[in-house]
Amino acid sequence: MSRRYDSRTTIFSPEGRLYQVEYAMEAIGNAGSAIGILSKDGVVLVGEKKVTSKLLQTSTSTEKMYKIDDHVACAVAGIMSDANILINTARVQAQRYTYAYQEPMPVEQLVQSLCDTKQGYTQFGGLRPFGVSFLFAGWDKNYGFQLYMSDPSGNYSGWKAAAIGANNQAAQSMLKQDYKDDITREEAVQLALKVLSKTMDSTSLTSEKLELAEVFLTPSGNVKYQVCSSDSLSKLLVKFGVTQPATEAS
Amino acid sequence: MECVFGLVGNDFAIVAADTSAVHSILVHKSNEDKIMILDSHKLIAASGESGDRVQFTEYIQKNVALYQFRNGIPLTTAAAANFTRGELATALRKSLSYLFFLVSTIVNNDIWFFQNPYFVNILLAGYDKETGPSLFYIDYIATLHKVDKGAFGYGSYFSLAMMDRHYHSGMTVEEAIDLVDKCIMEIRSRLVVAPPNFVIKIVDKDGAREYAWRESVKDAAVPLA
Repeated sequence: MSRRYDSRTTIFSPEGRLYQVEYAMEAIGNAGSAIGILSKDGVVLVGEKKVTSKLLQTSTSTEKMYKIDDHVACAVAGIMSDANILINTARVQAQRYTYAYQEPMPVEQLVQSLCDTKQGYTQFGGLRPFGVSFLFAGWDKNYGFQLYMSDPSGNYSGWKAAAIGANNQAAQSMLKQDYKDDITREEAVQLALKVLSKTMDSTSLTSEKLELAEVFLTPSGNVKYQVCSSDSLSKLLVKFGVTQPATEAS
Repeated sequence: MECVFGLVGNDFAIVAADTSAVHSILVHKSNEDKIMILDSHKLIAASGESGDRVQFTEYIQKNVALYQFRNGIPLTTAAAANFTRGELATALRKSLSYLFFLVSTIVNNDIWFFQNPYFVNILLAGYDKETGPSLFYIDYIATLHKVDKGAFGYGSYFSLAMMDRHYHSGMTVEEAIDLVDKCIMEIRSRLVVAPPNFVIKIVDKDGAREYAWRESVKDAAVPLA
């Protein structure tokens, strides 16, 4: 029945659904997951790297976290080739804004402009939607630290803690249980690593399979995006005692 | 001839402008308001070609309003100034290249006026929560300066001199208005083509608003038929 409406991204099914968009979201459910947590002094992003082959050269830079502008970074779940296009447009938008106003682009505007692009592919025919979800972490002078999640339909929303990718529902409910308002950045890192350790499929959590990035303010008041090195990530994993993962949630 | 000037005081900024609409040697009107209230906390005072002045300041005003509707937050004064400068800079080069094309193909001098960039000089004053009051000098060739005091037009020779002598940082509203009056007095007494009337507007934490008029001539009342 539904087959008739599957092939077109822009046609509603009789039940009022857009199947291609839903399939795109499904594709993200299989991708390596990412978690974002908002704290009072920064935003934390943690991502799971899927190691596909031992022979694969692990990239020196990050592969799930991208810096969009000096004050915004994002974590990706989904089809990376699609994500690269969107990240590029996001960077262009951010620079265009600074060119016009000589000011950093407010975070929500950046997210919105990207979601406008995504939305276009669910309405104008002949093309498939972007199979990507994002977590945006950023700071601006109007609303301080912010965390946004966006999906292939072009919806976005602000969160205190959010998860995308594989097992995102399990991660989301754990976050809901353990998140406290006025959590510090260090506690946020601990919570993110703990949740990820429990929701990841792999049995042991190692720094090779993880990425950790933070957006925070330096004492001088500048926004800083910092990626945690592999070494210090290993130390953090030991410190927080998450190297021996529990297996209660899946 | 035209006189537009402004200064930044303690927690406020003031701009003043003459109110004469002049064409050639004729004065058409002496109560033309050349200071637009851009949004709740911004003033844009403009001098230059009168058609351009109205067209361009309205264009900026509508864009600033659009930004606020779209994003739910106002532009800062600095952002609005940079946007304005950008629009002038774009118009400047766009028209020029088109102009060269036209001049080389149809040699017609009238085209010159048709394809000119905006001929407007702007003083943009505003008040922001984070940064307080500020004043920006933007001229028709897209120069942008953040200044404490600035002026355009023939009156600038006198108002700049007066402000150089009497301006100091952290002025009160009374001191600033006194200085504005000194400038107007100097213009009226030293400038051959001095305009009769001036309008003064102020912007502070409570918003942008008209402060006072300084009129020496009223438009003659229209006699009843």
